Amino acid sequence: MKLVRLKAIALKEFLHIARDPRSLALAVSIPVLLLLLFGYALTLDVDRIPTVVHDLDRTPRSRDLADHFLGSKYFQLQAVARNYSHLQELLDSGQALMGLVIPANFSRDLELNREATIQVLMDGTDANTATIALGYASAITLLYSQGLLAEKMNRLGVGKISPPIEPRIRIWFNPDLESKNFIVPGLIAVIMAILAAILTSGTISREWERGTMEQLISTPIRNEELILGKLIPYFVIGMIDLSLSVAMGKFLFAVTLRGNGLLLFSLASLFLLGAICQGVVVSIITKNQLLSSQISIILSYLPTFILSGFIYPISNMPQVIQSITYVVPGRYFVAILKGIYSKGIGMEILWIEALLLAIYAAAMTFWAYRRFKKRID
Amino acid sequence: MLQRLKSMFIKEFIQALRNPRMRLILFLPPLIQLIIFGYAANTDIRNISLAIYDLDNTPESREMIEHFASSSYFRISHRAANPREIRRWMDEGKISAALQINDGFARESRQRQGTSVQIIVDGTDSNTASVVMTYAQRIVAEYSRRILVERIRTLPNIPDEMKKPFFTRGGIEVQSRAFFNPNLESRNFYVPGIMAFLIMLVTLILTTMAIVREREIGTMEQLIVSPIRPVELILGKTIPFALIGYIDVLLVTGVGVFWFEVPIRGSLALLLAATTIYLLSTLGIGLFISTISRTQQQAMMTMFFFFIPAILLSGFVFPIANMPEVVQYLSYADPLRYFLVIIRGIFLKGNGFDILWPQMLALAVLGATVFTFSSLRFRKRLE
Repeated sequence: MKLVRLKAIALKEFLHIARDPRSLALAVSIPVLLLLLFGYALTLDVDRIPTVVHDLDRTPRSRDLADHFLGSKYFQLQAVARNYSHLQELLDSGQALMGLVIPANFSRDLELNREATIQVLMDGTDANTATIALGYASAITLLYSQGLLAEKMNRLGVGKISPPIEPRIRIWFNPDLESKNFIVPGLIAVIMAILAAILTSGTISREWERGTMEQLISTPIRNEELILGKLIPYFVIGMIDLSLSVAMGKFLFAVTLRGNGLLLFSLASLFLLGAICQGVVVSIITKNQLLSSQISIILSYLPTFILSGFIYPISNMPQVIQSITYVVPGRYFVAILKGIYSKGIGMEILWIEALLLAIYAAAMTFWAYRRFKKRID
Repeated sequence: MLQRLKSMFIKEFIQALRNPRMRLILFLPPLIQLIIFGYAANTDIRNISLAIYDLDNTPESREMIEHFASSSYFRISHRAANPREIRRWMDEGKISAALQINDGFARESRQRQGTSVQIIVDGTDSNTASVVMTYAQRIVAEYSRRILVERIRTLPNIPDEMKKPFFTRGGIEVQSRAFFNPNLESRNFYVPGIMAFLIMLVTLILTTMAIVREREIGTMEQLIVSPIRPVELILGKTIPFALIGYIDVLLVTGVGVFWFEVPIRGSLALLLAATTIYLLSTLGIGLFISTISRTQQQAMMTMFFFFIPAILLSGFVFPIANMPEVVQYLSYADPLRYFLVIIRGIFLKGNGFDILWPQMLALAVLGATVFTFSSLRFRKRLE
């Protein structure tokens, strides 16, 4: 390997990028856009659920219960239903997600020490939101009826009985349960995977499509020089994006980095190397930009987004899918990012993940080198 | 005109389907994505691995643990001998929660002031953590209530009639019913969404890349000097991909309905009609991106720059109602937003045109505007 030739190829690839300022600008703004969106706009927390109330009882007691629902931050009054079909219409059209129905004999049942019933009708389309909202609804009702019981016990002269067992909950690693503390680290993995895929998928196939590969083949350049020269510029861009994401996480979103930043960067560079080489391999095999971009997206974005444990916990997946996640490098990278960011752990625990990422990077580099042949088929 | 259009279609189909890998890539990824999403995108939380640290070791404490073990939410995976072990397992990610019962638990629970149990939750994933927390609280509350009921039952001087509400669930019973998706399966939510997402991805990529490719390789000049008219060129570059989009819709619907058993309660014809309107905007956006890109790399990146926010702000995974107001307004410009409401309405709710017309109208206006604007721009670029 001659350094001069390597430099020439790297320089050529840098020139390609520099001559196309828009692609470069996009390579930098895609991470910024993603971080801004996830940091500010997107949350899976459920609150302000649009609620329609249908009160058939119309007593102070029933109004009090409805106020307990609407006074919490979880439910927001969308409308008061005129009748049952009005309620149904509001749920059908999606204007309300929840319906609270208080039957006509609600307060009478309570007075007579009979069990009173209320109905909670939920739009189950979004199962996640619905499950959480139903949990809130039963918690509010439970609290409300506990208040009623305490009132009754007072009247009976029994006095206050505190619940025999109280759960004391401690949250480790992320005590305020802020979603940005797990979204931002996971997102870094997604950003790296997407960028590596869209930056490199065209790099070899473009030369084939435009016919410049023949020219390259006729030069004295060697395989390893060509591949390495093509890797360097994208690796640099990827590291810039990584630094940008880490900096935004720190200064804009105040995500705490508990572990070692240097370790984070060195393990991230392993993942990046693997992801870039993977893109190059796809590009070599397909020789077609449309095809290679499609395959790259499927191989990188999707697994890193869904199968890495970024948003969807791996332990919830069916066994077969869980076994598939073992070959998704994003899985190990997400575990490393979350470990370093939130738990502050180091190599003593993360060495397995780090080793697997190193194997991934080495295998992909080797594959790219072996697969590339300087000849016209 | 029809003759020229026909040859244009044939050319595009040959180009798109000539490469055997390409044929595969047009139809296989949608299915793979559907299957992965259908199985993996699951926000239902079950089988939380729990470590037990029982310092009391009495029948009462074991009963408390039994309550956790027999719930479908927790799985007791470790038993700790000291607090350091809990810390280590939590660091290694082997457990997501731990239950610590202190010495004196059984004794204190019989006294008036009560006792407590410690629950430690891994907060790394805040969404999961809050669900785990709720489950743990519910289990403890349930056990606690039993003890309380027992105590009230044995209270003297109070007529049984007055004790009754304590034996029922505290007095008010919540009857809950989930409409449209009674078992609350996230799959039913995601699968229709995936269809909307895939149509956009496939038509957008194909249109954009097909046009920019001609420009990059230099065959656009040949097309321009041919007698083909701009309108025909635009139609020729969009309709074949719209057809591929349709095939993907049918494929994905088939798998969704027959494999994943997602109910389709509404009219299939309405779904196809809405798809047509939706295609107007995705093809229009594809055309537009092609007019501002010189190379396929640029086109790819521009597409991603549009595509990612379009997906994230559409309500596909993240509920729109939870977004800040400004961003909510932004989402009105997202065709996927309307189409998601339509497709989920048709699949899960069985909505008809009477309910969905505002969404369809908005989509039609948006699509017509984008398509016309892009076509005009495309035409100008040709001349």
